[in-house]
Amino acid sequence: MSSENAPTFSSRDAVVCRGVGKTWAAGTKRAHEALREIDLDIAPGEFVVFLGPSGCGKSTLLYLIAGLEDATEGRIWSFSDKVETPSPERSLIFQETSLFPWLTVWQNVSFGLAIRGAAQDERRAVAAEALQRVGLIAAMDKRPDELSGGMRQRVAVARALAMRPKVLLMDEPFAALDVQTRARMQDFLLDVWRDSGASVLFVTHHIDEAVALADRVVVFTSRPGRIKTIYPIDLPRPRNLFSREAETMRIQLTELLRDEVDRAFAEQEAFAVPA
Amino acid sequence: MGWADPKLLPPPHIFLDNIAEQGKFFNTATRWQVGTSMTEGPSAFESVLITGAATTARVFAGLVLASVLAIGIGVLVRYYRFFDRLVLPTITLLSPVSPIAWLPVAIFLFGIGNAPAIFMVVVALFFHMVLATINQIDTVNTNLINVARTMGASKAQIYARVIVPAILPGMLQVLRMNLFGAWMVVLVAESTGVGYGMGQVIMLARNTFNPSLVFFTIAVIGVLGFTFDWLLRQAQRRILYWLPDTEERLRVL
Ligand SMILES: Nc1ncnc2c1ncn2[C@@H]1O[C@H](COP(=O)(O)OP(=O)(O)OP(=O)(O)O)[C@@H](O)[C@H]1O
Ligand SMILES: [Mg+2]
Repeated sequence: MSSENAPTFSSRDAVVCRGVGKTWAAGTKRAHEALREIDLDIAPGEFVVFLGPSGCGKSTLLYLIAGLEDATEGRIWSFSDKVETPSPERSLIFQETSLFPWLTVWQNVSFGLAIRGAAQDERRAVAAEALQRVGLIAAMDKRPDELSGGMRQRVAVARALAMRPKVLLMDEPFAALDVQTRARMQDFLLDVWRDSGASVLFVTHHIDEAVALADRVVVFTSRPGRIKTIYPIDLPRPRNLFSREAETMRIQLTELLRDEVDRAFAEQEAFAVPA
Repeated sequence: MGWADPKLLPPPHIFLDNIAEQGKFFNTATRWQVGTSMTEGPSAFESVLITGAATTARVFAGLVLASVLAIGIGVLVRYYRFFDRLVLPTITLLSPVSPIAWLPVAIFLFGIGNAPAIFMVVVALFFHMVLATINQIDTVNTNLINVARTMGASKAQIYARVIVPAILPGMLQVLRMNLFGAWMVVLVAESTGVGYGMGQVIMLARNTFNPSLVFFTIAVIGVLGFTFDWLLRQAQRRILYWLPDTEERLRVL
């Protein structure tokens, strides 16, 4: 075995990144470094939140872990398999809603089963179960157009769950929701996470959300994204988000993030006004 | 009125009035058979229907053939690199050629009858529709494709279950845009003698210097074209059941 194939981590880890970097349009004039030297180990069943300024490469890292894009540097493993192509074991929920408009809700949810050639009865049953969990069983036969933004995002969650993934990658799934709906979706996500035993990698801009959900928060620097700190949230669940500890954590995370957001802004302004 | 000679530019109530009179010129279906007099065969009204139906059928056959071919080839071009290299340059080269230039080819290949007229319609639509198909494929939302990829879909499944349904709305739009072109071309093809059809009647009217017949035929073609477009819109609504009704969207402004 070459050293490349003999990683020095527990092979049971859900996701392992070693020296991962991504340059978009590498080798061209428009080359653009989004991520640099990412080392990250995620345990099975762990809930990890990615926090960082806009444009720092959080979505990019999820794409790499999903296998939708190739890393330009380093390697990624998932349960000791090298990540080279997408796999149903790693479901990604996109930042923008991405339901198929020509399929009904239940057909969207069972799309992955249809790909595997499952019979209609089985598909409907699995879809019904997944929709039950997101509280949308009544909307089963509707079309995505007829749903609100929050409902569509829940359908996307149901579609990811129907694949029974071992790793659930979520890119700002609740960003477009109002505060109350988001709080309910967080509770619901925690239930689903506990039941499924999957690892969750969750991108958000909301520090409250990070404190409510995460076992660990990965804070990114501004572009090119590197890991600034990994901040553990060791509050017992279910969490009291009004406790003194939770408040302290929110303040510390806000401070960690503020420098980076300032830096990101400065950089973007330097772009806009060439000196 | 004075500025228009009613013999040359007959007002609508004149050329629409004597349908029976005009209709008999449409009875071209049997006239080329030796020994048939103009008074035999179907009635004037039936002749108009038969002639109109024949032309409409040619347009329809051409549309169906052109769409199937164009979508098929467009998908193959993106699916196989080989097609991309070989077929795409040829199509790009041929697409600016006016369909009229293909007319002799149609006659060389198919002689006289339905086939050359249908061929002309296909040629008029095919090249643009292939390029439109490729353009539509290239603009399919990447997220939809990525969703299918993360669920383990193969390349063939992604094409069949994501790309083709995603491009259908755009393709039907392209089809409707090209429908009028198809009507123009079919008239030219028919006027060169395919037995019978609206184009042939126009030619007859021109050769016999019959302005009333010209305008009557134009009116009939207009009605046929309008009806065809309406039917296509209905079909579009049926096939693309998932699209919201956009016609009313701007009316609230
Ligand atoms: N497909 C792409 N091609 C080229 N560059 C890209 C592509 N996707 C993202 N980028 C660039 O990579 C950088 C990181 O983008 P990414 O979408 O990962 O940021 P993000 O952290 O998810 O931001 P946000 O919080 O705003 O969603 C950005 O500067 C962006 O311009
Ligand atoms: Mg993003």
